[in-house]
Amino acid sequence: MADRPKDAASTQGNAGQNKPSLTLHVPEPHYRPGDTVDYSHLDIPEAGAQIRPDEVCEAKETAPLAHDLIRVLGEDNKAHGPWDPKLTPDTLREMLGHFALVRAFDERMFRGQRQGKTSFYMKCTGEEATSVSTAMALAGDDMVFPSYRQQGVLIARGYPLIEMINQIYSNKGDKLKGRQLPIMYSSRKHSFFTISGNLATQTPQAVGWAMASAIKGDSRIAATWVGEGSTAEGDFHSACTFATVYNAPVILNVINNQWAISSFSGFAGGERTTFAARGLGYGLASLRVDGNDPLACYAAEKWAADRARANAGPTLIEFFTYRAEGHSTSDDPSGYRSAEEREEWPLGDPINRLKKHLIALGEWDEERQAALDVECVDLVKKTTKEAEKNGILGHGLHHPFHTMFEDVFEELPWHLQEQAEQAIHERETKFPEGLPKQ
Amino acid sequence: MSETVTKNSVKSADKESGERRLNMIEAINEALDVMLARDPDTVVFGEDVGYFGGVFRCTAGLQEKHGKSRVFDTPINECGIIGVAVGMGAYGLRPIPEIQFADYIYPGLDQLISEAARLRYRSAGEYIAPMTVRSPFGGGIFGGQTHSQSPESLFTHVSGLKTVIPATPYDAKGLLISAIEDNDPVIFFEPKRIYNGPFSGFYDNPVEPWKRHKDSIVPEGYYKVPLGKARQVTKGEQMTVLAYGTMVHVAEAVCEAKGVEADILDLRTMVPLDIEAIEASVKRTGRCMIVHEATRTSGFGAELSALVQERCFYHLEAPIERVTGFDTPYPHSLEWAYFPGPVRLGEAIDRLLKE
Ligand SMILES: Cc1ncc(C[n+]2csc(CCOP(=O)(O)OP(=O)(O)O)c2C)c(N)n1
Ligand SMILES: [Mg+2]
Repeated sequence: MADRPKDAASTQGNAGQNKPSLTLHVPEPHYRPGDTVDYSHLDIPEAGAQIRPDEVCEAKETAPLAHDLIRVLGEDNKAHGPWDPKLTPDTLREMLGHFALVRAFDERMFRGQRQGKTSFYMKCTGEEATSVSTAMALAGDDMVFPSYRQQGVLIARGYPLIEMINQIYSNKGDKLKGRQLPIMYSSRKHSFFTISGNLATQTPQAVGWAMASAIKGDSRIAATWVGEGSTAEGDFHSACTFATVYNAPVILNVINNQWAISSFSGFAGGERTTFAARGLGYGLASLRVDGNDPLACYAAEKWAADRARANAGPTLIEFFTYRAEGHSTSDDPSGYRSAEEREEWPLGDPINRLKKHLIALGEWDEERQAALDVECVDLVKKTTKEAEKNGILGHGLHHPFHTMFEDVFEELPWHLQEQAEQAIHERETKFPEGLPKQ
Repeated sequence: MSETVTKNSVKSADKESGERRLNMIEAINEALDVMLARDPDTVVFGEDVGYFGGVFRCTAGLQEKHGKSRVFDTPINECGIIGVAVGMGAYGLRPIPEIQFADYIYPGLDQLISEAARLRYRSAGEYIAPMTVRSPFGGGIFGGQTHSQSPESLFTHVSGLKTVIPATPYDAKGLLISAIEDNDPVIFFEPKRIYNGPFSGFYDNPVEPWKRHKDSIVPEGYYKVPLGKARQVTKGEQMTVLAYGTMVHVAEAVCEAKGVEADILDLRTMVPLDIEAIEASVKRTGRCMIVHEATRTSGFGAELSALVQERCFYHLEAPIERVTGFDTPYPHSLEWAYFPGPVRLGEAIDRLLKE
């Protein structure tokens, strides 16, 4: 330790000065593997008990809601209170259909990764309402800036399943030309922004899109989704600041699913206050919602969308939910959290809750549910077979090598042209008889 | 991306020789363990590094052993991770932050470039930033463009930062200990493709475990591999090969396959660079091939090429060859078309030897 300053840490301190020693607080989740889980410390208010201010209210009027939990569906499976969006049975059934499809899709794609058909997958199990129900509350041409766990938005917007699978397999049908990690979709046609692997980068971008819409006197708004863990990134704070300064027509959806890989929400500041409460400090309207209550998710997003569309400003919504599965196919949550968490989660499962609600309304039954589930599984299976005709992720030879060099720039500069020729020449050297059979 | 989470295998002691064979993850873990025990001012932190022990398991078991105020998880905020490391260094600690993937280091660049790298200079030595930023880098695991990048040249370009890249378990441990003890900020990039075994570049061959490689023999306890000293991988008269990280193994395999007797130098440290070893070798062989996985334009190979040209021009018998990744984002499915593999290296070798 050559030129170590003399006053290095170990020789400093206030020993002998009769002041208390400081200690470092490192957050610790309530439960670790093997622990018995008891969620009685969570404050779960009655459904229907939350106030619903006018959409164009002052941001500060939402303050109580940032510490509350907006809930509509009660223990009796009925809708309660001022946040009841009063959706028609047809709309509710449509929502349930999207839910079932998302879940069937996740199951199949996860298995596909395990079977070696692709490199990676991420499920959204238990969080379906935070993407499907919210997307249904937006207009189809409102621009969305999602994170990687919003497959529900695409499905709700009617994006073809086969396109999703082609992308996941990086096969020759993949519109993104096999360039992106599986699930990093993009669809301009569905007003769905290209997903980035770098967390929270989409949040100020959504604000910028919304500002542009305001600059141009457009009527479309923007919405973004970000995980609670990712709200720690500076980008998220940039988003909040710009949103409030320009009163941008944007919705910042924070999906608090309690975990960020192995780190619980306490590592994003969740021990001290709610994620919704952050918004208040910036001057944003702020709502905290039961993320497993599809009606509450819809209602909150609709409230924020109406607010933005009325030029009344941005909203931050925290969806309080639970990541029921591992972070991704690369993760095994049994190494860091108790398996009981999922079973004990007090807000239940969004699909089950919506199903029971429809049954309570006399608009659905278990037979129809069973038929719906089978129908979704079959559709996914059939579409997967179809997509597999375009190939699965092998050694990645589905796309002409030249495509690797396209879209770096609008036009190919000389050095990329040379490199493209080199790549093609290498392929011919490696595979003189043509590419190996997939 | 299926290799992201790897279980830490049990360190295997060779029954006959008693030699300990470690993979790179275990060697890195051991370096951290040794330094946490030896220097009470060291602290290890980053996303998922505490309780869980890191997504690649490099910090497994360290929190349990050394306590939560020495080894801990952080918010997902790379700017904050580097920024607090600067502050801790100002206090007198020796922080060892981890950035989960090199591709995610960019939000921390202001703290690294404008702050950590300049603290000593701007305070005339009053304040230093004795941190070692560890981060897995490089491709070859189907990680797509955000789990595959090799951004080393962004850091070698910054005055005040040291950049280190190990290629073997033995070096990983010894270099990491040197980096931690170094009083300047060090970027320590770990080639994740070779965490579990050396890689020949022949991607369809079965994965070789480290335990068959001589440099997986890792002594217990404290030892250092000095920064700024290259490692002679093979000795040969036909050409000099300058490489680091994963590409050291690819170059070695290709030279062997082609029967080329090359002087392969594993640079280990980009800054400070072992210019003496490079100069001596190129002057002897008269031919030089530079290999890196990173993109080509303004890559570290450009710097190496300039240095060799400046210092060895009259000894060169052929133009210097640079073998690199292409100037595109790292593609997912065309990963092996992107990777500077045996064909690209082989052709450069042929061109060098033809002259
Ligand atoms: C800038 C950046 N840093 C780190 C990562 C690695 N990483 C990927 S996902 C993740 C956890 C994110 O958790 P959260 O925001 O809660 O979203 P969730 O996965 O729960 O949906 C991390 C740390 C990354 N992708 N980008
Ligand atoms: Mg999360």
